[in-house]
Amino acid sequence: MTRYSAWSVFKNGLSGHKNWGRAWRDPEPKTEYDVVIVGAGLHGLATAYYLSKNHGVKNIAVVEKGWLGGGNAGRNTTIVRSNYMMPGNRDFYEHSLQLWENLSHDLNYNVMFSQRSHISLLHTPAARDGAARRYNTMRLTGTDAEIWDLETLKREVPHLNYNNARFPIMGAAVQRRAGSARHDAVAWGYARGADQHGVDIIQNCEVTGVNRDGGKVTSLETSRGTIKAGKVGFAVAGNTSRLWGMAGLGKLPIETHKLQAFVSEPLKPLLDQVVVFGVGGAHFYISQSDKGGMVFGGDLDWYKSYAQRGNLPIVQDVAECATSIMPCLGRVRLLRHWSGVMDMSMDGSPFICKTPVDNLYLNAGWNYGGFKASPASGWHFADLIANDRAGRKIEHFNLQRFERGINIDERGAGPDPKLHG
Amino acid sequence: MIRINCPFCGERDHSEFAYGSDASIEYPALDASVEEWHEAVFLRENIRGMQSETWHHVNGCRSWLVIERDTMTHEIKSVRPAHNGYASALTAAPKDTGSEAGEQE
Repeated sequence: MTRYSAWSVFKNGLSGHKNWGRAWRDPEPKTEYDVVIVGAGLHGLATAYYLSKNHGVKNIAVVEKGWLGGGNAGRNTTIVRSNYMMPGNRDFYEHSLQLWENLSHDLNYNVMFSQRSHISLLHTPAARDGAARRYNTMRLTGTDAEIWDLETLKREVPHLNYNNARFPIMGAAVQRRAGSARHDAVAWGYARGADQHGVDIIQNCEVTGVNRDGGKVTSLETSRGTIKAGKVGFAVAGNTSRLWGMAGLGKLPIETHKLQAFVSEPLKPLLDQVVVFGVGGAHFYISQSDKGGMVFGGDLDWYKSYAQRGNLPIVQDVAECATSIMPCLGRVRLLRHWSGVMDMSMDGSPFICKTPVDNLYLNAGWNYGGFKASPASGWHFADLIANDRAGRKIEHFNLQRFERGINIDERGAGPDPKLHG
Repeated sequence: MIRINCPFCGERDHSEFAYGSDASIEYPALDASVEEWHEAVFLRENIRGMQSETWHHVNGCRSWLVIERDTMTHEIKSVRPAHNGYASALTAAPKDTGSEAGEQE
C-alpha cells in the first residue's frame, strides 16, 4: 500500500494521477475471525485500527450493511471539542481531542483537522456564571478554556447579531483547541489504516442474526454468509437496540432519535470558528467547511424515529436560529440537508462496556456527540475487547450506572433521551 | 410533517403536539423494588416498527393521547385519549349544536 507523501503526489502526478492504488481491499468474508466488529462507521473502523495497531490482534473483520462511513459518519456537523465537566466525560473527551491533534500523522491521511476554536455564546449573567464554572473545571483538569468578554468576541467574530435587545450577547466561552475535521477523510483514513494492518473491511454485509451458545456468541448470520467470531463488538449507532434484540438481550437505556443537519451553497470565507448559540429554547451550531459551505444544525426532531429523513418544523427552527444569530445568512440558499438516526441514551452519555454475554462488547449511546469521540472511542473499545476489562477512562460508561445511581448527565436533563442535546 | 388526528380537535400538524414517551411503560408501585423501577424509568424496547406512544396536544386541547405509530415510516394507525375518563367523556358528550358553521363532523 502506498504511503502518502509529497513525493508520492509528485510521482503520481507524472502519470496524470491515474495510477494510484486502492486505499483498501474489498475482501470476501472468511468463515472465521478472532474479532468481528459490526458497523464500519468511525467508531467501528477506529476500533479495528487500534485493535490491530495497539494490541496486535491479527484476524479482524469489520462488517457493514451499507458502505463504510455511510451512516452517521457521513451525516454530522463535524464538530470536535472536549468542553465537558462531569467526571467520566472530562478525561475521555480530552483524550479524544489529543488523539485528533495527531490523527493525520498517525493515519498518514489528511483528516483536515482544523483547531479553529469552539465559541459558545453567552446571553445572560447566569449563563456566564455556569460557563465560568464549567470552563474553570476544564482548566483545572488540563483542558484549555477561556471566557471572552464582548469586546474580544466582536473583534474575533464581527458579523454576529450584536443588536438583539431580547437576548443580547454578553461574551463567549471558548475552547481554542476545538474545531472541526473532514468527516469522510476520518472514515477513509481509519479504513485505510486498519486495512494496512490486515483488517478485512466487508461492505454490503448486513448482520441478520446473532447465534449464541449459552453465554457466548458463536457466529453472526450475515447477508454474505455465516461468520464465526471469537469476540464480537457492536458499534452501530441508531440500530443498537435491533442488534441487541438479535442477540436475545432485552432492553437498553437507549432510544433512537433523528437529528437533521444542513449545508449551504459555498460562500467566500465568512466564519473562522465553530459558533454555538443556545438561549431561550434555541439550539444552533454553525461552522464553515473548507469548501465554503455553511454547515449547521440544531435540535433533534423531538420524537422517536428510525427514519433517516427530517421534518419541516425543525428546518424552520434552525433557519430562525441562523438568521437571528447571523442575519447575513438570510439570503443564502441551502444546498443539502440530511438526517441521521442516533442512540439517545438516558443520561446523554455513552456506553463502552461488557455485556451479559461473555464475548460480546458494546459501543453505543453517543447521542449527538459521536463524531468528536470516535478516536478515543475506538482506542478504548479496542482496549476493552483485547483485554476483556474496562480501562480507567471508560469505567463509568457501563450499562449498570443507572441501577447504581451514578448517571453521567452533563446537561442535568433527567432520564428522557430526547432532552440530551 | 406528521398529521395527527386528535379525537378532540381533528387532524392537525404534529408541530402542535409534544412527543411524550413509550406508552407501553407501566410504572410499578411506589414500594416496588429498585430493579422494577430501574426497568420502568431507564430501559426501553426501542421498537423499529409500530409502537404505542404518548403525545401531548400542547398547542391545542392540551390532552394526552396514545398513538400507534410506525417509527420507521411515521404511519399512524390509531389515536385515542390517554385517560379512560376522557375517552368516555368523548363518547358521552352531547353533539355540538352547530353555533359555528363548518364545525360539524
